[in-house]
Parts: sequence; structure tokens; C-alpha cells
Amino acid sequence: MKISYQWLNSFVNLHEIDPQKLADQVSLTGIEVASVIAPDQGLKKIVVGHILSTEPHPDSDHLTLCQVDIGEDEPVQIVCGAPNVAADQYVIVALPNSRIAGNVKIKRGKMRGQASEGMICSLQEIGFSDSVVPKAYQDGIFVFPEAEEAGQPVFPLLGMDDRMIDFDITPNRADTLGMHGAAWEVGAMLHERPQFPEVKVTESQITTDSLLQVSVAEKSLVPQYLLKVVQKVKIQPSPLWLQIRLWNNGIRPINNVVDVTNFVLLEYGQPLHAFDYDKLTSHQILVRRAQDQEPIVTLDGETRELTSDDLVITDGQKPVAIAGVMGGLTSEITTETQNVVLESAVFDGTSIRKTAQRHNLHTEASTRFEKGIDQGSTTEALQRAAQLLEEIAAGESSRGILVGHQELPVERKLALDPKHVNHVLGTEITTAEIGGILSDLGFEHQLEADRYEVTVPLRRWDIFIEADLIEEVARLHGYDQLPSTLPVGVQTVGGYNRKQLLIREVRQSLLANGLDEVISYALVKDDEAAAFTAHPTAKIKLSWPMTQDHAVLRQNLISGLLNDLKYNLARQQSNVAIFEQGNVFRQVDENQQPLEVPTVAALWSGNVVDESWIEKARPVDFYDLKGALTNLLTTLGLADRVSYQTDELLPELHPGRAAKLMIGNQELGFIGEIHPSLQHDRQLPPTYVLQLNLQVLLDQEQKPLVSESAAKYPAVERDMALIVDHQVTNAEIADLITTNGGNYLQNVQIFDVFTGEAIGVHKKSLAYRLHFQNPIATLTDDQVTQAMTKIQTALQTEINAQIR
Amino acid sequence: MGLKQQLEQLKAQGLEQIQNVKDAQELNQIRVKLLGKKGPITEVLRGMKDLSVDERPKVGAFANEIKQEIAGAIEKQVQVMDQLALQQRLKHETIDVTLPGRPVKTGTPHILNQMIDDLEDLFVGLGYEVIDGPEVETDHYNFEMMNIPKNHPARDMQDTFYITNELLMRTHTSPNQARTLESHDFSKGPLKMISPGRVYRRDTDDATHSHQFHQIEGLVIDKHVTMADLKGTLEVVARHVFGNERQIRLRPSYFPFTEPSIEVDISCFACGGEGCSVCKYTGWIEVLGAGMVHPNVLKSAGVDPEVYGGFAFGLGPDRFAMLKYGINDIREFYQNDLRFLQQFQQEVK
Repeated sequence: MKISYQWLNSFVNLHEIDPQKLADQVSLTGIEVASVIAPDQGLKKIVVGHILSTEPHPDSDHLTLCQVDIGEDEPVQIVCGAPNVAADQYVIVALPNSRIAGNVKIKRGKMRGQASEGMICSLQEIGFSDSVVPKAYQDGIFVFPEAEEAGQPVFPLLGMDDRMIDFDITPNRADTLGMHGAAWEVGAMLHERPQFPEVKVTESQITTDSLLQVSVAEKSLVPQYLLKVVQKVKIQPSPLWLQIRLWNNGIRPINNVVDVTNFVLLEYGQPLHAFDYDKLTSHQILVRRAQDQEPIVTLDGETRELTSDDLVITDGQKPVAIAGVMGGLTSEITTETQNVVLESAVFDGTSIRKTAQRHNLHTEASTRFEKGIDQGSTTEALQRAAQLLEEIAAGESSRGILVGHQELPVERKLALDPKHVNHVLGTEITTAEIGGILSDLGFEHQLEADRYEVTVPLRRWDIFIEADLIEEVARLHGYDQLPSTLPVGVQTVGGYNRKQLLIREVRQSLLANGLDEVISYALVKDDEAAAFTAHPTAKIKLSWPMTQDHAVLRQNLISGLLNDLKYNLARQQSNVAIFEQGNVFRQVDENQQPLEVPTVAALWSGNVVDESWIEKARPVDFYDLKGALTNLLTTLGLADRVSYQTDELLPELHPGRAAKLMIGNQELGFIGEIHPSLQHDRQLPPTYVLQLNLQVLLDQEQKPLVSESAAKYPAVERDMALIVDHQVTNAEIADLITTNGGNYLQNVQIFDVFTGEAIGVHKKSLAYRLHFQNPIATLTDDQVTQAMTKIQTALQTEINAQIR
Repeated sequence: MGLKQQLEQLKAQGLEQIQNVKDAQELNQIRVKLLGKKGPITEVLRGMKDLSVDERPKVGAFANEIKQEIAGAIEKQVQVMDQLALQQRLKHETIDVTLPGRPVKTGTPHILNQMIDDLEDLFVGLGYEVIDGPEVETDHYNFEMMNIPKNHPARDMQDTFYITNELLMRTHTSPNQARTLESHDFSKGPLKMISPGRVYRRDTDDATHSHQFHQIEGLVIDKHVTMADLKGTLEVVARHVFGNERQIRLRPSYFPFTEPSIEVDISCFACGGEGCSVCKYTGWIEVLGAGMVHPNVLKSAGVDPEVYGGFAFGLGPDRFAMLKYGINDIREFYQNDLRFLQQFQQEVK
């Protein structure tokens, strides 16, 4: 809500503090101020003009020549195109060299040959929003309702010299959605007790209950329901001072009756409604649930179909309003209205919220009921509206208030211990100062046994417990007064757990291998969710996604990486080496939290090395990614425990260039080239991917590292080349060499792979370099030859190798 | 001509030849020619037999002197020649050091993870544990345990992706407060934890909104932890991330799970508080929300609010990174354009 500085000042002495300064101070002690609005900002030289006479423009059928008194010695001529211009009007005149809305400069000029000394303005032309301009002046110039001194600036007359402080409230501070609440807040800050005008209703002899009967069927949803009748009202525009309050707050003035309900809404934060008494078919008001599919035409002209969850006000037969949301068209206040029923009520916030959502109908009233209102002022607000209708609509209020239901909440009594305040805040605020803050807030309090017994007024329904009172003290004492310390007490040893450390190591290793880290979305398309997943679970879907692109939880990370690849390819970035660490989500049971499996995946596409002055381009291949994987596993001490299986591969992978990664009988993940058909479909270059289940890595027993001294005796190297059938793998051969190599064989390196006609079809030649080492003595030639013979024999017999 | 004169002459000729030599091979020839057994000096010395016994040693000594002098000159010349050859080789081997180095690609950590890692390290140094929590949460932990019952208006503040009536994508990392409070054994000391991770809101992605972003929750609970401790802790964070000169400012706010609740502003790092476009001419930038843990949150988790209390805060690495590096579009974090990601290769701390 926008809080008028001038209106506020009528309740609280603001000591002429600058509005911006006031706003800054309020932001620091209570409510964030979004902005301070100056309605006359950028406008100048706009004054009251008195139109002395008019005559039609000789060369135009719609322009009028006006002789206007602008407070100078002589009247000036202004050409005006508005249809509603007439003699003896007091109007808004933009003088030559003035600035109007949109920073438009008005110049002295001629219109179709006739001099014009400025411009007669509509409200829109001086910056009013179309939505707040009274209907009568929407398509023409504004006319002051009374004579005003010509030549004076218009801004004070139209409330444009006011400053509107826009309170951006949090949900707990709806008590400031009315001027009274705002006055209490600002008053507490300034140590000024707000003063409100006394409500005085004259009332006629006719009692309210002789005019109306009321019953409330849903008392639990309607804590208060109060009615009063104001008879013989004279419908007319409200006085300007009242219209100003409304339009400065974004509300269009309609007529005095409607305006009064809106004014009291702004004043008290209490929504009111006015019915045309004579348009109610019976005078038996009943508040009840709507029937399913019961129709109502609301004030905005829309026909709405209600449900039994909606509360309605009925005239005994048909709904005449959706309770707390919007009135019905049939009982609308019109220019013919003579007698008015005023309603002041409290409706259950949750019920109103659901109704407002169901009908997508959010009004000033529904917003306030949703957020809560001051239930202590429901009666007073009704009387205040009646008083105003007596004053500005010549109405006669009925005697007494007709109560459908009234159940006031109990004022909370809370203990506030100054020791607690200082214990929580880390301050040394005195008991007296705390008492002062309670007084500033208008909270009754008594000091008993070193602590305050505080009575919380109903207007502060956000305060439930002592901690809430501590917050009041803290913010009004000032957070800038708070010392800065660090927690003391028992020291704690911070740290990362094993999983966090493993994740860090995995990321570090991949970064060191030249892969960039990405973060993709965990919510993906339906068809992406379970791709690249060996054993997919049922899909975990959002019940109400925002878009189909992010509708299902991912079970793999590759889909995201492929999207990232496509994004980069579309932007001429073709060397893509990326990885992501994140969770994949596997359904356990529909109604249970899914298993969140820590996972890492990598994707490599394009060149490993680009062509440069020093080397040729080299496209990535399987073994680049495998190298990165080997480094990662080595870091974790698991390289020699992972096996590469080539059966039961994912259908998304190239069947001849992929492997399933196993640790014992646990599935660790996969590595391989994207299937050529998939590459073709997605228009991708050759792309290699890998994905690892980090939980499997975490589950491995960690072997402690025991170091060995570097060998002191010379090593012996022997090379060996052999020809084998094509399908024999390096892993099989290396395995045979290792098992038969004896104790001195330290490691086996493959250094050549060759296929060609020279060695026969379906054959290949492999060459290995074997390192032998005796840690405690020099190796003899015999020992090495013996080992080599054993290896060769094994290779010959086991895999039919031909040793070259 | 006497022997002595002959020797003098030989010396003069020899030294001249050595001086004028062109390469190592020629020098070697000169060495053999002058000092060899058939060389002129040896020849001259053969004539010594004609000299008197008195003169012989004198001439012999003189001849040796000349021999050594010539040998020395040759040695010196060898060094000159070597030096020359080395110079030539070095000249020959000279490369253009301004050509670019051989590219060795290293990866760049995602800027959000750099931000998170950095803050984790900071808090671990302050004695905090790092605790992970589930991204798919229950309504119970995400809302109820955080003092946000059903129909609470605060639920409107956080539009939620529901999976079932009870399961949802967590809207904040705060449910980890409840989970940790439930499991922490206070007899073993205070609880000091941070919990980073992804969170989700039902938003349409645009420059300032993302349906997925990150939060780091912080929670400290002990028998006497004060709001002043919160202020001091947040000052440490602000200065660590945004520079040592930063001031912080606390403003009242509202979160259902803290009481009192505050928003935290830092003095603008771009203008130092003078007012500029970064801080929208206020001198301050809102960076995070925090407060003292609401007694209801403690109670729900089985912790006695009469004995224990403390503070909690929630900060956004996305927002921090956007502010610190002038990133205007939050989607850049998740589109993973390599040109965007790789610029953070530079040490960013």
C-alpha cells in the first residue's frame, strides 16, 4: 500500500522530516519501502485557469477558443479541443514553457491561425493513470468542483504535492495495509503516539433491525458480520479531498457511497461493502456457502459459476456478493440509489484465498482478508463509514448495528523478560528502554518480577510469542546498534565427509584432464529422463510442470550434456570437453522420496588438439576419454579394480566402441561413443561419453597406501611381439603375461598394435615391453629368460599366440 | 744468422700463422708443423751440437720457452675457435619466443561451484560441517517443519513444483535445518553446519528467474548464540566474498522459520556506497536473508528452545556470482556456453 505522507501527518506528527528520509528510516526499523512517489515530479508551470468565455474556432468544427483568467492582469486565449470545455469552468492550465506528463514541453503557438497561450489539460495529461481518472473526466479536461483562485499551482489542489511512500510489506505485516496501522508503525519509530479522529454517528430513530434481518450459516468462516443501513443518501461525486486519497492510492473515485467504503478500507484496512437496499429482493440477509454451479454476475460484469467452497452473501434467495471478494451487479450502488446497506465483516483468510484463486479474482478486499485484518476495528470502521455518509451524502444512519455474528479474538498476554532479550540479541538494552519501546508500540505492559507482562493489541495479530516481542525490541532499538561478534563456546572441528571429499577429487581430476565443468538442469524432457540408463525406474514427473522442457527428473546426466553440446555447436563452439557432477533420481516407490544417486558424467567431442603452427589437429577418440577415466580411477586408487565389459551395452552407444564398467559385480557406469545412428539423428559429430555412479566408488573399501622405496638394482626390459586372432583382447593378453610373469615382472606396457595383410586376415600383431626388477638383488639373465619362456608358453597354449 | 735469431723468427712466423688460422683442422696442422718432431724448431735444435758447452743450455732453454709460447698461443686459439663455434650454434638454434606455447588444455570449474567451494572452505575454517540434503523433499520437511503449515500465506512466496501431494522439489535448503536438528547430538557440542545445494521454484526462466538455482543454508545452534554473532558471521561472509571494505546493514524482514528475521544488505562494492547503477543509487545491495531460529522450528525437531537457540541464514551463490561478476542473465549459469564458462578460468577469489 502507498502511504500518503500528508495523510500520515494528520495522525502522527512527522516533524516535517523529509519523506525520503522517513522512508529510509522505516526500511531500517520495520517495513521495506519500495519507492517514494512524487505525483508532481517533472511537472512545472501548471496552474488553475478560470474560463471566462468560449467561442467556436472559426476554422474548426471541434476546437474552442477560450478566454482564460490565469491570474494575470489580462486573460489569455487558449485553444481547447476537449468536448466538455465550457465557460465559467475552473480548469488545469499548462502555461507556455510548462512541462506536462512524459516530459512534454508546452509552447505558445497558433492552432489553425488562432493564438493559444498554453493548454487546458486532462488529468491524464498531467500524469494521472487512466485507471484512476473519474469516469466523468476520462475523455475530456478536468473541471474543479468549486471556484479556485486563478493562477495558483494546481498541485496542492489535486494532492499532487503529496509524497506516496510505497510500503512493500512482508506477509506478517498486513497490519500496515491501512493508514491507522501505518501510523502506529511510524509513530513507534518516531516516539510519537498517533491520534485518530473520533468517530461520531448521529443516527436516526429507525433501528437497523427494523430494516434488515441477518443470519450467518457458516459462523466458523465468518468471525464477524456487521450491517448498518444509511437511508436517503444523495449520490454525487465525493469532495475532492476524499477523491485525492483514493486516486493517490490507485483507486478510481466512483461516487460518494462507493468512495466512502474505499476510503475506510484505506483508513482502517477493513474492507467494507455497500449494497443498494432497494435492490435486495428480500431484507433477510443470509451468509452461506454457495451451491455448486450457482451463478452470480459480479461488479466487473463477469458471470461466475460458484462452488460450495465459496462463501456468498444472499438476500435470502440469490447471491448478492461473493463474500470478501467482490459484490454482485444486481445490488450495485448507482446514481438512483437512495438507501444503502453497509457491511463490515471478517471472513476466514484461507477460504477467501481459495475463492480468489478459483475465480482468479484478486481485489483490495480479498487481499486484506487473506493476509488478515485488525479484528478490533471492524465495528469502528462501520461506524466511520456511516459517519462519512452522513457528512458527504446527507445520509441518515440507522440506529445500532445489526450483528450477524461477532466473535472477537482474545488479546494475547505475553511475558517479555529483558534478560531473554539481551541473551538472544547479544546486547545490553536496559529494562527501561524495553519498556519505552513497548510504550511507543502502544502495547500495554507492566513490570512484574523483573519481566514485563505485555498485552498485545488485536491490531498486531502477528505477535504470538516472546520471540516476536524480542523482534519488536530489536528492530526499534535498531539493528545498527547490534554489536558484531562470532559465536564462542565449545570449539567444533569443521570438515567435509567422505562423499564430499570424493566428489571434490573426482571434479579436480576431470578438470586437470582438460574438461570444463557444467551445471545442467535436473528437470528434463520426458524422453530425456531415462535415456542412457541401464536399468530405468518409473519416471518421476512434476504434477504441474511449467514447461514440458523441465517436467521429469533425470535418471542420467548424459542427456543434459548432449543439450549443452548442441547449444555450443549452434554457437560455433565445436571442441566440447565437459563434465557434470550431480544427482540422478531413481524412483523407489511412488510415494517415497527417490534415491538420489551422486553421479558424474563427461562428454568429449571435436578436437583434443586444434591445428596450430606447431602441431596438427587431432580429433578426440575413445582412448582420450578412457585416459581421463584412468587418471580419475588412479586418483581414487581403483584403476586396477575396474574391468571393461563389452556385452549388455546401452543401445545409445556404439556397440563396438563402448564398455560397461564393473567393479567386481557392481555396475560402476559406462564409457563409449554415441551410437552412429543417434549421432546422425541429432546431427552430432563423433562424441564420447562416460558416466559413473559415485555411490559405487564410495562403497569400495579404501586400501591404505603403504609406500615402497625406489629400487636400487638395475631393471631389465624385454620386448615381445605376438600375433593373435583378432578378437583376443589386450586385457586377456596382459592378464596372461602378468599371471605367468613371476615375482620380478613389475609392469607390462603395450607399445604397438598392428593389423594388415602381411600377418594374415583376422589376425593382429601386438608388441609388449616387459619390465623386470628384483628389489633386493641384481637380476640374472637366466631369471629373466625363464620368466619370458613361461609367459610365451602360456600365450601359445592359452590363446594360440604366435611369438615373433 | 745465429740459432737464437732463427728461433725468434720461427716464433714470429708461428704466432702469425696461429692468429690467422681459419678452423680447428688448420690449427692442428700448424701444431704438427711447428711443434712436431720434423718441425723447424726441432731442426734448429739439432744445430746446437755446434754450440759451445756454455751456450747450449741457454739456447735450449730459449727454444723451450718459444715452444711453450707457441703451444700456449695454440691453446688460446683453440678456445677462441670453440667459443666461435658455440656462438654460431646458438645463433643457429635461436627460436621465436613470441610464438604461442603448445596448448595444454585445463578445465574450468563452473563459476557457481567455485563460489560454493570457496564459501564451504570459509565455513569449514570457522568450524562448520558441510551437510547434504535431498533435492526431492517432503512437504513435511520443506514446509511444516519450517513453521509453514498448509494455507500459510508464506507458501505463496515460494511457488512449488509438486510431484505428489507430499513430495516436492525443495524450494529452499532450509529443510536441512530440521533434518540436522533432529539428528544432532547436542551432548557432543554445538551444531554448526552449512548445507549447499540446488533448489527449485515454479518460475518461468528469464534473465532474473530460474526454476533451478542454488542456496547455501547456514545454521548455528548452541546454548548461547546471539544475533550479534549472526551479524559478525555475516560480516565475515560479506567481506570474504565482496572485499574487506564492505559494511553490512540489517533490515527487518519476515521468514516463518526465523524470529527475528532480517534481510542483509552490503555496502555497494561498485561505488563504495556513493550510489550507482549496481546498487540502484541506494549505496546498498540486498544479498541474503537470515534470522534467529524460530522456537517452533526447534520444538518441531525435538530441541528445547528454552535451552538452545541460534541463528540461520540462507544465501544464494547465483545471486552472489551475478553481483560480483556483473552477470545480467541467470540463465547463463545453466546454458553452459563454453565461452561464458571458460572466462572463469582466471583465479576469481
